[in-house]
Amino acid sequence: MMERAVSPDGVIPVVNGEERTVAAGSTIGDLLRELSVSADAVVVEHNREIVRDRTRLDSMVLATGDSVEIVHFVGGG
Amino acid sequence: MTESTMLAAATDTPFVIAGRTLRSRLMVGTGKYKSPNEMVRAIDASGAEVVTVAVRRVNLNRDTDDGVLPHLDPSRYFLLSNTAGCYNAADAVRYARLARAAGFNEWVKLEVIGDQDTLLPDTAALLEATRTLVADGFVVLAYTNDDLITALRLEDAGAAAVMPLASPIGSGLGVLNPYSIRTIKHRLSVPVIVDAGVGTASDACITMEQGVDGILMNTALAAAGDPVRMAHAMRLAVDAGRQAHLAGRMPRREVAVPSSPSVGMLE
Repeated sequence: MMERAVSPDGVIPVVNGEERTVAAGSTIGDLLRELSVSADAVVVEHNREIVRDRTRLDSMVLATGDSVEIVHFVGGG
Repeated sequence: MTESTMLAAATDTPFVIAGRTLRSRLMVGTGKYKSPNEMVRAIDASGAEVVTVAVRRVNLNRDTDDGVLPHLDPSRYFLLSNTAGCYNAADAVRYARLARAAGFNEWVKLEVIGDQDTLLPDTAALLEATRTLVADGFVVLAYTNDDLITALRLEDAGAAAVMPLASPIGSGLGVLNPYSIRTIKHRLSVPVIVDAGVGTASDACITMEQGVDGILMNTALAAAGDPVRMAHAMRLAVDAGRQAHLAGRMPRREVAVPSSPSVGMLE
């Protein structure tokens, strides 16, 4: 792993394949709001587990190294 | 023809998959259109009810929003999510579960691709993923090659429909092996929907004349010069091919047989 300048207040989850620094204590719900993504329009997978109940997003606290995938439907055949 | 004669001529059995009656035998994809507006108009012209979509990461840089749902009225279309781009059973199962979590339905157009150049399916992985997803409560529509034995195994594995290709995805080569498609249709109890390879209206018509239950296409519409007009043509071609199949074609002969009487000719 590369050395990173981690803010003492920040954690760095990997969101859609990219590291993103968020404030310590942030939930996935906070992350979505920060990204201006409507939770109703997406499906979230946290550490390979699908969050079926969207009301849980506001209680799922992020940690450094967490994997978060935010997906939706695009055109396809 | 009077109206009642026309209605009688158009009579068909309902097209049912997993207990759901579908109003069109033509299913369409939503990929590769020049604009969402063109896509919406083409789908409308096609008359399709089942519309396929793919699962991808949201673009978090927000300069473009490639989400397709804002353009599709969920009361009008039945969304069929695919697992396109998956090269093993585990990935396909993961994508199917993500799609189901969106909350529309439990259907999946299952693709497990085995080769990047041809996009032909990995049939062993497809069977494995089919078993896993059926056990998990999915309605699986399995995209496969035109191989009867794989089609039979998919049916045994619980696939709700089997979707043999006419020719490779996006190739537009039409039905390369009508015999295989006919044989699969004859032998399976579940619906057979030809998926991929149709290039133009005559391909769709020939496909439906083999007796299959439906066709799914995307590129034939999206890559046409005028996708909306081609969608209209495909709608007519699917209907025409279906009606021709139900009517039963005349036998092929190697010799000419006159259509006009041979008696009553002048001396």
